[in-house]
Amino acid sequence: MQPKRVAGLLLAAGICAGAGCRQVSRELRTPAPASTLPRHAPASELLPASAPIGGSDFPALLGENPYAGNAYAASEGQRLFEWYNCSGCHFRGGGGMGPALMDSRWLYGGKPSDIFRTIVDGRPNGMPAWGGRIPEYQVWELVTYVESLDAGKRLAAPPGPREDHLQAGDGQVSR
Amino acid sequence: MTSLAALFPATLEPAAPEAARIAALYWNFLWVCTAVYVLVAVFLLLGLLRRAGTPDRRVSSRAVGAAFVVSALVLFGLLLLSLRAGRAIESDRSASDLDIEVIGHQWWWEIRYPGTRPDEQVTTANEIHVPVGRTVRLKLSSDDVIHSFWVPSLNGKTDLIPGRWNYQTFRASRAGVFHGRCAEFCGYQHAHMAVLVVAQPPEDFRGWLAAQRQPSRPPATDVEKHGLDVFLGSPCILCHTIRGTGASGRKAPDLTHLASRMTIAAATLQNGPAQLGGWISDSQGIKPGNHMPPNSLPGPDLIALISYLGSLR
Amino acid sequence: MRGARFAPAQERVPVPPEPDVAVLERTWRQPRGIVGWLASVDHKAIGRRYIVTALGFFLLGGIEAFLMRLQLARPENTLINPDLYNQLFTMHGTTMMFLFAVPVMEGLGIYFVPLMVGTRNVPFPKLNALGYWLYLFGGLFLYGGFARNAGPDAGWFSYVPLAGPQYSSGHRIDIWAQMITFTEFSALIGAVQILVTVFKLRAPGMSLQRIPLFVWAETATSAMVVFAMPAVMLASSLLILDRTTGTHFFNPAEGGDALLWQHLFWFFGHPEVYLIFIPALGMVSVILSTAVQRPIFGYLAMVLSLVTTAFMGFGLWVHHMFATGLPQLGESFFTAASMIIALPTGVQIFCWIATLWGSRPRWEPPLLFVLGFFAVFLIGGLTGVMLASVPLDLQVHDTFFVVAHLHYVLIGGAVFPLFGALHHWFPKMTGRMPGRTLGYWTFALLFTGFNLTFFPLHNLGLRGMPRRTYTYPAGLGWDRLNLLATCGAVLMAAAVVLLLVNAARSLRRGEPAAANPWGAETLEWSTSSPPPAYGFASIPVVASRSPLWDESPLGRVVGLEDDCPEVLVTHPIDAEPSHHEELPRASIWPLVVALAVTVGFIGSIFSPLWIVIGAAVAIPGAVAWYWPTHPEPRQLEEAAR
Repeated sequence: MQPKRVAGLLLAAGICAGAGCRQVSRELRTPAPASTLPRHAPASELLPASAPIGGSDFPALLGENPYAGNAYAASEGQRLFEWYNCSGCHFRGGGGMGPALMDSRWLYGGKPSDIFRTIVDGRPNGMPAWGGRIPEYQVWELVTYVESLDAGKRLAAPPGPREDHLQAGDGQVSR
Repeated sequence: MTSLAALFPATLEPAAPEAARIAALYWNFLWVCTAVYVLVAVFLLLGLLRRAGTPDRRVSSRAVGAAFVVSALVLFGLLLLSLRAGRAIESDRSASDLDIEVIGHQWWWEIRYPGTRPDEQVTTANEIHVPVGRTVRLKLSSDDVIHSFWVPSLNGKTDLIPGRWNYQTFRASRAGVFHGRCAEFCGYQHAHMAVLVVAQPPEDFRGWLAAQRQPSRPPATDVEKHGLDVFLGSPCILCHTIRGTGASGRKAPDLTHLASRMTIAAATLQNGPAQLGGWISDSQGIKPGNHMPPNSLPGPDLIALISYLGSLR
Repeated sequence: MRGARFAPAQERVPVPPEPDVAVLERTWRQPRGIVGWLASVDHKAIGRRYIVTALGFFLLGGIEAFLMRLQLARPENTLINPDLYNQLFTMHGTTMMFLFAVPVMEGLGIYFVPLMVGTRNVPFPKLNALGYWLYLFGGLFLYGGFARNAGPDAGWFSYVPLAGPQYSSGHRIDIWAQMITFTEFSALIGAVQILVTVFKLRAPGMSLQRIPLFVWAETATSAMVVFAMPAVMLASSLLILDRTTGTHFFNPAEGGDALLWQHLFWFFGHPEVYLIFIPALGMVSVILSTAVQRPIFGYLAMVLSLVTTAFMGFGLWVHHMFATGLPQLGESFFTAASMIIALPTGVQIFCWIATLWGSRPRWEPPLLFVLGFFAVFLIGGLTGVMLASVPLDLQVHDTFFVVAHLHYVLIGGAVFPLFGALHHWFPKMTGRMPGRTLGYWTFALLFTGFNLTFFPLHNLGLRGMPRRTYTYPAGLGWDRLNLLATCGAVLMAAAVVLLLVNAARSLRRGEPAAANPWGAETLEWSTSSPPPAYGFASIPVVASRSPLWDESPLGRVVGLEDDCPEVLVTHPIDAEPSHHEELPRASIWPLVVALAVTVGFIGSIFSPLWIVIGAAVAIPGAVAWYWPTHPEPRQLEEAAR
C-alpha cells in the first residue's frame, strides 16, 4: 500500500499541473503594445461621459480586462500607481485632488472598460490622458489594481502602503 | 601565489587591502583545514586497516582527550586569526575620502555622488568610479527589497536593506574595472544585477566627476534632435531623467551621461547601438520580469533615439 | 560491565507463564480495511508512513534540483524561465528541509525509539497519528499549490520584503507560510512522543546511562524541536498577518523591520539543520557499533557531545546574517560559537575512530555509507569553520560556496547515514534482507556523483557566482564548473534510482530476515523481523548498555495484561517500574481533526470564514477523540524475574 500512496501523490500533482488558474498566472514577457493607441492623444476636452472621444482609433466597444482577478497584475498595477504618480491626486484610493477610487461612485463609469478609457483618454477637470504614454497592458494592470481597491473584493496580497514611497533617507534609524 | 590564484580569480585576486586581508585569511584557513582533514583521514584509515585488536581503554581515552585539546587549540587559533582580520578591516573604516550612496532597486543600482551644492550632485547607475588609493565609503540602502553589494576583488559583501543604512569601505589599490553582482535574492532578475567599479587615477577620476556634473550634451545633428523629440514623446520620460531636458523621472536609471558607461541593463549588455536598440524594443526578452516595458517604435524613430542616447557622453 | 541482576539470586520466584501471543496480537493489531488503515495508531505503521512519505518528497525535491542543474548547465540557458526557476529552488529547499529531512528523522525515531527502549507504543498514539496526517496534508497542500503555478518563489527562507505583500503577489507565500505551520505542528507532536517515550516508558533496568546512543540523539533532537519550531511558527504567522490583514511587522515604511524576519527565521533555521544532523549522528553510532561488533567508545563523552551540540545550536543563528550590518562585537560572538560547536562533533568523530581502531569491520553497505559520511561531512564541517569567520563569510556568503558547504554537511552528515540506516534497518522493518551488491553500487554512485556535483561549487563560489540565479553570463569562467556539476547530478540521480530498485527487489525477493541478522546490540533486534503488532511479547528487563550482547538472556516483565493495550510506565532516571497505563486503540478521530484543521488553515488564506468552519468540525472531533473509553492506570503488582 505504501508505494502506491507515493504514486498517487505524484499522479495527483500531475493532474493538477495542467489546470493553471487565472489568479496565479504571470506573463513576464508581455508583448509590445499594440499600436492601436494614438501616440499623441489630444488634451481632454469638456465632454459628457457618454459621448465618444473624437479622433480616437480604438473600437467603441472595448474587450474585457484580460487581467481580471490576476494577482500579479494587481501588484504591478499598484507599483505603477505609485510610479506614475496616480497617488499624487488619488492618494491611496481615498482621493484628494482627484476623486476617491475606493468607493462605488464612478463619475465616468466603473466598468473595467470605462476605467480603461478614463486612463487612456483623460477626463475633464484634470485627469491626464495616458494613451500613448504607457503601454496598453500597463493600463489594464492599473485597471486591475483600481478594481482591487474596492473594499468588497479580496484579492491576494491586498494593497498596502508600498515601500516605494520610502526614499532612502526617510525616517531612518541610522545604526 | 599568482599561479595558484589563477585557479581562483576574483575573491583571491584582490585589488584592495580589504580583499587582500580576506584572501590571506582564506589561504590560512585552507591550509589548516586541509591539514586537519588529512590527519583525521589518516587516523580513520589506520584504525580501519589495522588488526591490532581492542586498544586499552586508557590509551583510547588519552588519545581522544589529546585530539580534543588539539582541536580546541586549532579552533582558537583560527578564531584569533579571524578576529584579527576583521578588526583590521574595520579599522580602515575610520576616515573616508569619498562617500558614495548606493541605492538598490529591482534590478539596478542607483549611484549618487554627493556635492556641496545641489548642482554638484551626480546620479548615475550601475557603474561606480572611484579614485585609486583613496578610501571610499559606500552608504548602502534599498528602495524596495533586500539586495547585497558585492565586488569580490575589493571587499566582502554588505546588504542593502530598506529602512536602514549600511556602510562598506574599501580602498582600490590599483586601477582597473572590477566586476560585482547582487548577492541577495531579490526577485526575477537577481541573476542580471551586476555592477562595475572602475578605479581610476585620482586626476582621471576628478575629470570624470566633473564631466558627470555637467547637464546632458544637447543634440548636435538633426537625427539626434529627432531622437530627443522621440524620447520626450515616449513613455521614457515617465521613469528616466536626462538632466538638461524636461525628463525627470526618478524610477529608472539616470540617462544623462548614458554613453559614458561601459554597459547597460545593470552590466548585462555592452553599451552599443545594437544592444541599446534591442533593450529599448524588447527588454523583457533580455531580462524577463524587469520593470522596463517594451516599446515598439517605428524604425527611423528608434534609430534616431539610439543615436541621441549614444551622444550622451 | 554488567548491571546487577534484577532480583537477588537467593529468592526463589515461581516462573511466570509465557505471554499469550495470540491474545496480544488481537489486542494490539490495528483493524483491517481502508478505514482501519486510516485509523491506525500503531507507532510502527505511523513511523513507516513518515519514512515513505518523506522519501517521496525526497524524490520530488531531487527532481527539482535536477531541473535546476539542467538549467544551469550552460550559460544564458533558456530551458527554464526565471519565474519557474524561483519556484523550483524555493520548492527544493522547502521540500528537503521541511518535508523530507526532519520528518524522516522523526519517522525513524517514532518507529525505533519505542522498540529500542523496550516498550510497545508511544504514549500518545492518537496524537501521533494526527502528527502524520498534518504533515501529509501540509505537504500535499504545498505541492497542490506548486502544481497550479502558485508555488512559493521567494526562497525556502522567504526573506521580507520580497516575500511581503508588496513584492510577492498572489497566494504563493501564503501557501508556504501555512505549510510551515502544518509541518511544525507535526514536528512538535513527534518530538513530544519521543521525549515522553524516552523519559517515561523505558524498560526496567534501562537507566539513563544505558540508553542507546540513537535514542539519546533523538531525545536531544526532540528537545531542540520544542524550542525551535515555535520561532518559525511565530515568524510565519506574522508574515501571514502582514500579507492578509495589513499588519506591518516587517514593513519599514510603517515602523516595522525587515531584519526581524531574519532573526526569527534563523533562530529556528540554524537549530533546524541540527535537527537533521543529530539523529544522523545517532545512526552512525548504530551502524558502526554493529559493523565492528563493539560498543561505541566513550559513552559519556558521546552523550554529552549530543546534548552540547543541541544546546549550542541555538547560539549560532546570526552567522546567517553577517552581511546585514550588525555590530561587529555581536558578530564576533557568533563567530566564536559557530567555531566552537565543531568541538563536540569532533569528540564524536574521535570516539568513533577509537571504537573502530584495530577491529575487523564487516564491510556491509551501511559501513560504507558511514565512511562516506566521514569523508564528506568532514569537508562540510571544515568549510563551516571557514564560514564562521566574518571576513571570509562576507566574501562567500550567498554564493555557491555556501551551496557546496550546506550540501556537504546535509548530504554527508544526514543523507549518507540515513541511507546506511535504511539499509541497516531494512530487515527489521520489512522482514527481508536488502540487496548487498546493489547497496555497494548505490554507495559508489552516490559518493562519486555527490563529490562531482558539489566539490566544484566551492570554486564556483570563490569565482563569484551568487546563489539563486536562474542563469549566468558566459565568459566569467563559470561554464565548465557548472557543466561538471550537472554531470555529477546525473550520477546522484542514478544512485537514488538504484536505492529504490534495491528496496523494491528486496521487498519482493529478498531473503527472509532473522530477528538479528547483523548481530546488533539494541533491543529492537530482539523482536521478530518485522516486529509483531505488539512489539515485545514481554517487556524486557535490561542489565547493560548492549542488552543483546549480554551472555544472560533478557529478563522480562510480567503482570501487564495481554487483553488490553497497556504499557509499563517507569521512573525517568533509573527506570524503576511505576505503574501500567492503558493506551488507546485505533481511532478515526485524529484523521477527522487533521482534515478539519487542514481545511481551516488552508481556507483562512482565502477567507477568515474557513477558520470557523474548520473549528466547527475540529472541536466536536476533538471531543470525540478524548471521550473516555478506558479505566484509570493501575499499580504494578508482580515482580519481574
